[in-house]
Amino acid sequence: MLRRDWRAGELRILGAALVIAVAAVTSVGFFADRVAAALVRDAHQLLGADLVVVSDHPFGSDLRRLFEARAPQRAEALNFISMAIAGDKSQLAGVKAVTENYPLRGRLRIAPAPGAPDAAAPPGPPRGEVWIEERLVAALGTPVGARLKLGSAELTVGAVLTLEPERGANFFNLAPRLVMNAADVPATGLVQTGSRVSYYLYAAGPADAIHVLENEVRPRLERGQRLDTLESGRQEVRASIERAQRFLALTALLSAILAGVAVALAARRFVERHLDGCAVMRCLGASQARILALYMGEFLLLALAACALGTALGLAAQQAIASALGELLRAELPAPSLLPGVQGFLLGFVLLLGFALPPLLRLKDVPAVRVIRREAAAAPAGVLGAYAAGLVTLAALLVWQAGDVKLGLYVAGGFAGALLVFFAAAWALLNGLGALRRLRPLRRRAFSNTLQTASLALGLTALLLLTFTRNDLVQAWRRSAPPDAPNRFLLGVQPEQLGQIKGFLEEKRFEAPTFYPMVRGRVTAKNGEPVSAADYPEERARRLVEREFNLSYMDAPPAHNVLSAGRWFRDANELSVEEGIARTLGWRLGDELAFAVAGETFRARITSLRALRWDSMRVNFFVIAPPGLLKGLPTSFISAFRVAPGQEPVMNELVARFPNLTLVDVSAALRQAREVVDQLVNAVQLVFVFALAAGVLVLYCALLATEDERRREAALMRVYGAARRQVAASQGAEFLAMGLVAGALATLGAALIGELLARRVFDLDLAPSLGLWLCGPLAGLALLSLNAWLSSRSVLRASPALTLRDSV
Amino acid sequence: MGKTVRSGDSELVILRDIDLEITRGEALAVVGASGSGKSTLLAILAGLDTPSAGKVFLEGHDLFSLDEDGRAALRARLVGFVFQSFQLLPARTALENAMLPLELAGRADAEAAARAMLERVGLGARLRHYPKHLSGGEQQRVALARAFVMRPSLLLADEPTGSLDAQSGAEVIELLFDLNREAGTTLVMVTHDDSLAARCARQIRLLAGRIAA
Repeated sequence: MLRRDWRAGELRILGAALVIAVAAVTSVGFFADRVAAALVRDAHQLLGADLVVVSDHPFGSDLRRLFEARAPQRAEALNFISMAIAGDKSQLAGVKAVTENYPLRGRLRIAPAPGAPDAAAPPGPPRGEVWIEERLVAALGTPVGARLKLGSAELTVGAVLTLEPERGANFFNLAPRLVMNAADVPATGLVQTGSRVSYYLYAAGPADAIHVLENEVRPRLERGQRLDTLESGRQEVRASIERAQRFLALTALLSAILAGVAVALAARRFVERHLDGCAVMRCLGASQARILALYMGEFLLLALAACALGTALGLAAQQAIASALGELLRAELPAPSLLPGVQGFLLGFVLLLGFALPPLLRLKDVPAVRVIRREAAAAPAGVLGAYAAGLVTLAALLVWQAGDVKLGLYVAGGFAGALLVFFAAAWALLNGLGALRRLRPLRRRAFSNTLQTASLALGLTALLLLTFTRNDLVQAWRRSAPPDAPNRFLLGVQPEQLGQIKGFLEEKRFEAPTFYPMVRGRVTAKNGEPVSAADYPEERARRLVEREFNLSYMDAPPAHNVLSAGRWFRDANELSVEEGIARTLGWRLGDELAFAVAGETFRARITSLRALRWDSMRVNFFVIAPPGLLKGLPTSFISAFRVAPGQEPVMNELVARFPNLTLVDVSAALRQAREVVDQLVNAVQLVFVFALAAGVLVLYCALLATEDERRREAALMRVYGAARRQVAASQGAEFLAMGLVAGALATLGAALIGELLARRVFDLDLAPSLGLWLCGPLAGLALLSLNAWLSSRSVLRASPALTLRDSV
Repeated sequence: MGKTVRSGDSELVILRDIDLEITRGEALAVVGASGSGKSTLLAILAGLDTPSAGKVFLEGHDLFSLDEDGRAALRARLVGFVFQSFQLLPARTALENAMLPLELAGRADAEAAARAMLERVGLGARLRHYPKHLSGGEQQRVALARAFVMRPSLLLADEPTGSLDAQSGAEVIELLFDLNREAGTTLVMVTHDDSLAARCARQIRLLAGRIAA
């Protein structure tokens, strides 16, 4: 029976829809599964120990003694960025200075030359040597054996670093890595006021010893310090990967839902074509239950095959996603488990039951008398209830799949809402248009037409989103860095160097850039009450409070900042705060804040809030004070300016002369960030393909929806003497109207969703897209016109007598 | 005139050696067992189906020398239909169904004419009802109204009472003959009911595709 019905065609659509849904969901599912497994497997490696304490200031003797006493094995490290120089070349490097027994768990891997096979490294590096990443070798032209300068010290390149366990964590760690011996750090002179250094204490040993250590360390942690163990380890990894996975999951969900719509439409058509057959079966004595069982069996068999095919496809697609994201992950992913496959099968069956069962219920209720009187066909009251049950089950499954109740409910709810809105809008518009004489037929088949238009609009929205809107978003993001923006940041200028550096730049004919003073301080109290990270539930707020703020002082507000509340300084004890951070931390005009800087504390009141654009690439400060308040406290200076192509040698000379400076090539950083995003986008696009396919399927189903009815009508009209042109014209006008409405709705939908995404998720300014507004309605028109043409061709070609006889 | 159809890889002869002349105003009944080709004959007479051999002339026009559109134009002017299964469009009301031929012909008074016709067949109170709310007899009456609303020269009826019970059938047939008389149309009716056939002035019997003597 399955084979016979397969030939008819509706089951093909059903099958295709299920395959797409299952493939989309399993591809993402398998990928996520593998990544999670990798995280678990590599947890030890990622930490480099069993327990790590990270601090943004040097460790007190208290903690050190504790480690010496309790940690079976221990090691230390410093993490900072600095310029590495070789000859006339320089490059910003991420430096990790380690004690000789690092890492306590896992191994660094080194190679004797770039591209040569690597091996696990012995403990090291030894004093006087550094191990550098391939990128650094290329940038500095220093192969193994060459010397390079780090700060004031000269060191030899001992090996090429190929794997550094903790590194894999941070996607946006853009500077190439350099590992050195901690004992060499003092000679470099790099750890000074204003340098940002992270201090690490590592411990490893039997689980209970570590546990004891953990319990003793936790209460002693100061502000700016945190403890990482295997469980809590590497939140950044999780966070970054989860963000990417969320996008993927979202797209997979979209595919699943679209596929569900296609299943519903195809099932409806299947049922309509089988009503007569069922009536005959009832005459022959089949019970209602028997009929239902018969068709359910057929559908279940189809679902089984489709799920199997879909899962296989999903597995293949997952492989493609993994390779697209390969570089970012920097790890071999373990084989996937079976769970995503099971989820895929479940989804397929839920889609089938939820969306195909309700129409099937009609079949069992076909009265036998239908064989005599065709008009008799019961519409069971339970249909709506069955659809609702299906939707709820689907929503539940989606929530499980998304692993995030909020996301799942948002998608399910948003989609249901969109469908309702489309339906209502299409109904209203079509009925309104039906007031015109020529379009009166619109009102006749109101329900079918509306369903067709709404489904078409839905499919079109998906397609428009995945093409135009996606392009627009990417363009907007690319555009967000203005062309004459600064592309270099200079950090760590000491007060005594200021004059010399200014002179140097003038000499080289650089426009005098503004140097901003920077003071590192930590907020300790608000309005007299002590402030701690625990006060804030939000992750971001907590991080802001824990670390040190970059404070600055100036007489006048920076040109690129706008005062959004309050007034600029009149007194000495005032502060100006950026409005976003004020909002996050719950600070208001008039609040008094206390800051601790190098052991001293000062208090001041917030008298103004500022609005600024972070992506303008200019130097920006969260908190600004009047000069009187901060002068005399340890300060370094920073600046931003533009380096034109060809001026790089000047930069190299600057860094050679003042080796403690850090010069950040922002454009390179931006370029790399863009590459990362491009890679992510590529991976997501793979899943987009599924959503696209599902959208096309919905379109196709929607177009077929009223075909049978129209064919009959056209035949009758020709019996009564309508010329072909007349038939085509009368149905054509209907299609035209529906196409325009569907296209308009889809365009509005895509524009709205695009705007929401741009504002809420990506924080971009999305320019209204001419392409979208032109193509949306046109596409709707074109698709329905195509369908009108195709269907009228098939209708007009056949002789009316035969067509009528078919329906007798 | 003859009609042959391919079925699989064998040929099925539906009609053969049909030599028929029908005069204006005549009432002709075509009788025969099922499978004898009656409905096919009717379809060919209307230009809906193409004969494999021979010609058909309607009011002097060679039907099958015209193209599909030409035949359609002819039908629009000259032919009315009544089907066994009524063939009303389910998405249209009784009034709209009756209006169909008039709309196709572009008549400005479509609604008024259709209304009048429906009242003539006794459905003045059911104008806005959909076919699914009408009984079989009522639906066939709508079909009659539709058929006669253009005052055709030729009325083709394919088993008009085939789907009706005896009483409704009788009513419909009376109505059919009345309207026929009023309009002076030529009637060709396919039926398997001999008593019905007897009411027509002339009968021909089809036997295995041929006209039996």
